[in-house]
Amino acid sequence: MSVLVFVDLDRGALGPTATQACGLAVDVANGAPVIAVAMGSAPAEVATALGAAGASTVTVLEHEALDDYAPEAWGDALAQIIGRVEPAVVLATGNDRGNEVLAHAAAVLDLPFAANVLSLGAIGPTTSLTRVRWGGSLIEHAELLSERPIVSTALHAFAAPEGGAVPVVETMALELSADAARTRIVDRITVDAGITLQTAPVVVSGGRGVGSAEGFAALEQFAALVGGAVGCSRVVTNQGWRPHSDQVGQTGKRVAPELYVACGISGAIQHWIGMQAASTVLAINIDAAAPMVAKADYAVIGDLHDVVPAIVAALERRRPRT
Amino acid sequence: MSEFPSSARVVVIGAGIVGNSIVGHLAELGWRDIVQIDKGPLPNPGGSTGHASNFIFPVDHNKEMAMLTLDSQRQYIEMGVNVTCGGVEIARTPERLEELRRRMSSATAWGIESTLLTKAEVGELLPFVNLDVVLGGFYTPSVSCVDSLRAGTIFRERATALGALVTIPNVEVTDVEVIDGQVRAVVTDQGRIEAEYVVIACGVWAPLIARMAGATIPLVPAVHQMIDVGPIPILEATGNEIGYPIVRDMDTFMYERQTGGSMEVGSYAHRPIFHAPAEIPSIKESRLSPTELPFTAEDFDAQLEDALELMPDILATAEMKYAINGLLSLTPDGYPLLGETIEVKNLWSAAAVWIKEGPGVGRLIAEWMTHGVSEIDPHQSDIARFYPYARNDHHVRARCAEHFNKTYGIVHPREQWASERDIRTAPYHQRTEALGAVYFQAGGWERPHWYESNASLVEEFGVADRPHEWDARWWSPIQHAEHLALRSRVGMVDLAPFVVFEVSGPGTVPYLQHLAVNNVDVEVGRSVYTPLLDERGGFRSDLTMLRLAEDQYWVVTGAFDGPRDQFWFRKHLPSDGSVTFVDRTSAYCTIGLWGPKARDVMATLTDADVSHAGFPYGASREVVFGSIPVRLFRISYVGELGWEIYVSMEHALAVWDRVFEAGQPFGLVPVGAGVYGTTGRLEKGYRLMGAELSGEYDPVEAGLARPKVKSAEFIGKAAYLAAREQGPTATLCTLTVLDHTSPRDGIARYMSGGEPIVTKAGERIVDAKGRPSYVTSAGASPSTASFVLLAYLPSEMAEVGAEFCVKYMNELYPVRVAVAGSTPYFDPADERMKA
Amino acid sequence: MRIAVCVKRVPAPGARIALSDDGAAIDTKNLGFTTSPHEECAVEAAIALNEQHGGETTVFTVGPPEADEQLRYAISVGAHHAVLVSVGEEGADPDPQATAAALVDAIHARETAAGEFDVVLFGNDSADSGGFQVGVRVARALGRPIVNGAKGIAIVDAQGASESGSGRAVEVRRESSSGSDVFRLPLPAAVGVLEGINLPRYATLPGRLKSKKAEVPMTTATMAAPRVVTRRFEVPEEQVTETVMLGDGADAAERVVDLLIELGLA
Repeated sequence: MSVLVFVDLDRGALGPTATQACGLAVDVANGAPVIAVAMGSAPAEVATALGAAGASTVTVLEHEALDDYAPEAWGDALAQIIGRVEPAVVLATGNDRGNEVLAHAAAVLDLPFAANVLSLGAIGPTTSLTRVRWGGSLIEHAELLSERPIVSTALHAFAAPEGGAVPVVETMALELSADAARTRIVDRITVDAGITLQTAPVVVSGGRGVGSAEGFAALEQFAALVGGAVGCSRVVTNQGWRPHSDQVGQTGKRVAPELYVACGISGAIQHWIGMQAASTVLAINIDAAAPMVAKADYAVIGDLHDVVPAIVAALERRRPRT
Repeated sequence: MSEFPSSARVVVIGAGIVGNSIVGHLAELGWRDIVQIDKGPLPNPGGSTGHASNFIFPVDHNKEMAMLTLDSQRQYIEMGVNVTCGGVEIARTPERLEELRRRMSSATAWGIESTLLTKAEVGELLPFVNLDVVLGGFYTPSVSCVDSLRAGTIFRERATALGALVTIPNVEVTDVEVIDGQVRAVVTDQGRIEAEYVVIACGVWAPLIARMAGATIPLVPAVHQMIDVGPIPILEATGNEIGYPIVRDMDTFMYERQTGGSMEVGSYAHRPIFHAPAEIPSIKESRLSPTELPFTAEDFDAQLEDALELMPDILATAEMKYAINGLLSLTPDGYPLLGETIEVKNLWSAAAVWIKEGPGVGRLIAEWMTHGVSEIDPHQSDIARFYPYARNDHHVRARCAEHFNKTYGIVHPREQWASERDIRTAPYHQRTEALGAVYFQAGGWERPHWYESNASLVEEFGVADRPHEWDARWWSPIQHAEHLALRSRVGMVDLAPFVVFEVSGPGTVPYLQHLAVNNVDVEVGRSVYTPLLDERGGFRSDLTMLRLAEDQYWVVTGAFDGPRDQFWFRKHLPSDGSVTFVDRTSAYCTIGLWGPKARDVMATLTDADVSHAGFPYGASREVVFGSIPVRLFRISYVGELGWEIYVSMEHALAVWDRVFEAGQPFGLVPVGAGVYGTTGRLEKGYRLMGAELSGEYDPVEAGLARPKVKSAEFIGKAAYLAAREQGPTATLCTLTVLDHTSPRDGIARYMSGGEPIVTKAGERIVDAKGRPSYVTSAGASPSTASFVLLAYLPSEMAEVGAEFCVKYMNELYPVRVAVAGSTPYFDPADERMKA
Repeated sequence: MRIAVCVKRVPAPGARIALSDDGAAIDTKNLGFTTSPHEECAVEAAIALNEQHGGETTVFTVGPPEADEQLRYAISVGAHHAVLVSVGEEGADPDPQATAAALVDAIHARETAAGEFDVVLFGNDSADSGGFQVGVRVARALGRPIVNGAKGIAIVDAQGASESGSGRAVEVRRESSSGSDVFRLPLPAAVGVLEGINLPRYATLPGRLKSKKAEVPMTTATMAAPRVVTRRFEVPEEQVTETVMLGDGADAAERVVDLLIELGLA
């Protein structure tokens, strides 16, 4: 038996989370071959990295349609290699591409696919597993009834092993249907300057504590320095300090920035709903007992009218001028 | 954070508007060592306060609610969290227009400026309203929106600044410890807090906390649906949180309230939807908050159509951005649940309170806990008011299901409940039923209000009907015919709802002396009618005590105040066991026999001496009707010769039959409570607790002060002495209506109580203590062919012959003072009663 | 432009999901139900495309009869038709393969009767089960190209130019680590939409009232036995957010900047 791991490359570069699934693969293989499958072309350093991550073999599937990301073609190709290798189990990291390509392959092969798995039991016709549901709010204990389990690992649930040996690298040219190339990247756009509340990596938001429309000037400065956007709570729009389009919360916008800075916002549930998807929350509040402070990842206790200008000053001082 | 407190003088559970108001006022009144806890975070712990619409319409027909609302509004204003926007109640039907006229009377009574609006005036204030469906409106400029969360924070901050308060959010109560009937500690998931007092102020969760202590707080969490619709350009253009008056679309039971660029539409029209307190989701399990439950859209569809009809232009394109099934607390009679619980000493309830009453209730509870009394008398809100049948979930849900849709309804002051009937009936109920009794409920009892079997008396006595349907609703001319039959012949009255306490033991006399204003140390076989006062000298109750033996009394009180009185008596029982208190209400039934022929009837029933000399007024004694022992008490609440007959329940049916039969040769008729409680009482000027008598007036003002004050100490004595010294600020008067003709309709109209007494120029009358003059009771005096009103007037105006007006349905009717003080209007020398 | 949107009825829970005593199911006693968020955005995208290019939108769901509520909601915000594929008691918890098969049948039947859909929209993944595959399986079965993760959708001609009339291709923008990747799928095509592509409109009052009167045909599907079989759920151990205090007042500014740098944001 063998374990097949699909690893996502982006035009020859290993995706940042691609090798996480190797962690589970090595575990499940328990000494059996771990075959890493990549599409297009894999430079030597990719093969080396995959070997380090535990792959005994790196199989590179070659076809013109596979050079850049093309979910249909990649799925077809993966299905073909699964058919040839007949691995005991097929894995990939449950990132956007991993889940998408496994879904295609599973559809082609008419096999079940379980996404975002946290653990796998002994592989067999009935394989028990646990997987993430509800965005992580629940763990499901399930059974996968399949002669060939296809499984993606929940993002960040596994880490790539280290210190593996140099793998065998083989390339394989495939035949793909002409249709397969129709779903492919035709253009790439690098981030443009237009920043909106919903796309900004940083949202600097103000609440009652800002005190006035003028009070938002410092928040604007802060946001501008980090390529962010300014948001606000419902009280603020009710007071007429900001337009409704800036309101974050249950009756406003829902945002998911990498960092949400809540300035003078107490943290009522109605507001929390609008920004709970933020990766990191920084609360700046004069009241250490405010719910926002308790829920935040980071907090500064103090008057935002002192703190925010100080941050602006520090940012300006420490950022290289361009 | 400092250590979790292990003890406190008082623990207040809940940090919504009620709990916050209470801690603020307790601190202001000098309380220290207050610990306030809530299971949610601050400033919005997730209870009903957090999703409230936060608007205040001060006009209410009910005085107690209006006063609490006005006090609350004053406090919100003082805190700077009140935005005055005005409010318009819209009438779509003629019935509602009449109701709005009635509201004008209530507005005048409680001193709130309001005006009636024509259709066009509605359009001027609310340009987006479809006037095609509008007949008119009722405008109150002082209607406001408040920030109840901010108010709560201010209350907490003030208490904290005084060094009086520690507030701990995110603490869940797991138990309330009670030892020897007194609360001792609150146990939480973070530790145990020993406490002298505990106040339950946690709204929809209050029943759960009470149950932990073995107490009951009879409320049910009920859904109030509301949606937020926007954006609406005309509202956005105001640039304000609220720029247009709040609209109450009364006939569809809905309101529309601007909130920024949106309109919030709320409803009391949907089906009643109840939840169990124990099943309210936790904060974490809630999508929004525990009291903002998923919106059930199908329940709201009819309201959407109504809202669209009223505001078609602005609501047609706006989106429903937010919609909830918001939870609020409902009680069986719609009033809050305030005061010390009857089951557990020092465990207080402050529940079922809305935003518009919150700060007022906070002050009331704090005053009550501090002084034993509060400026506003919580008579209707007293949690002690319920009989056992009314303190359970079944009753609460049945009644709340009935009144939920009446939130904006037109409720007649005499209106009776349809649910929870026939649960307390007299042993002779089938007899009264056969006589065509029309029952009104009194303390849960089915009490005949009049008897259809007496219909023929209407012609005999020439009683006129009332021409206006509203005045004739829940009323019959038979009542007046029964009155005249009793006055001319003899009547028997079902008094089964009477509440009888038996007090006995060596400590009885000092115990009763301590409670009663009048001297109760009378001869065995004699009785005393007496007020009971609170510490401030206001009325707590009025009732009758019968001395049965040296150390044995019966205390007889009315059905409506039985539970409150019982709580008061039990609360003051000596701890040494020298007094035994037993509620005998369910053991005894009472039948009244009154009228000029009463003695003749009684003489055929018993061999005992019933002559005036042999059985004087005020005496009580045991006799037999054949073999049946009964206690006769010569007294009368209708001012007539006769007796109250107390009989064991098992003999009551037999006694009913015997009295009825014995009375036939003398023309006896059954007489309903319409005579006993209204016409017979009023023409005699007899006062009723909860109407004329309240904590806000003293015996001097009510005309119930006796020439001498007993030497024994009693509750309220110092205040009573001071009141006697000072003289009355207001005087309770009997007024007669001089002309019933409506200036508008030209037909005769009859008041029902609650209307303001104003000067002939229509000016509101207020006494030196700020108390308004209004009709405490209204009813006919068939004996004098007139119509009487009882009302307090400023003492300097309370002169016989002085003329004023009563404002009824927004029209003025001339009235004249017939009696200032307690002298009966009819038979002032009580010759009939003492015949 | 004929558009189909496939949606799923899901509970709308709070931060913590209550389970039945045996853990076999979610306790929905106090929960409302909603359309899975990505799909709500798909409905919005469909209506926006209709507004731009004309045409009509048909919404499909496979679920319990109560899913009628979500279909009517879609109609209340502007969808034109809806089809409910009802699963019986036995098929109450279908797996992605069975769901996809039922959708394929329903879409196929509708296309036979009323014509082909130019675009079939899906949510990227469902809020409750997160299977990441129903759209792909349906598109594959219908023989149409699909791309997931759409943060932008436009109808273009084959060369990529905007075209207001009858488009030839759908251009899909999807976020990548460096910016966006653009795909151009010839019509008919399918797209998996990601939340954030738009801000879904809410129902208007007339919209809601209209949706009540709409006809929503219901068919019943015999669902294949699931091959991913749920045994029970478990609430993961709570992650207590230990708030890291960066300091008091203006003095904390330096540490805030440190944090920004650490997060790669400054």
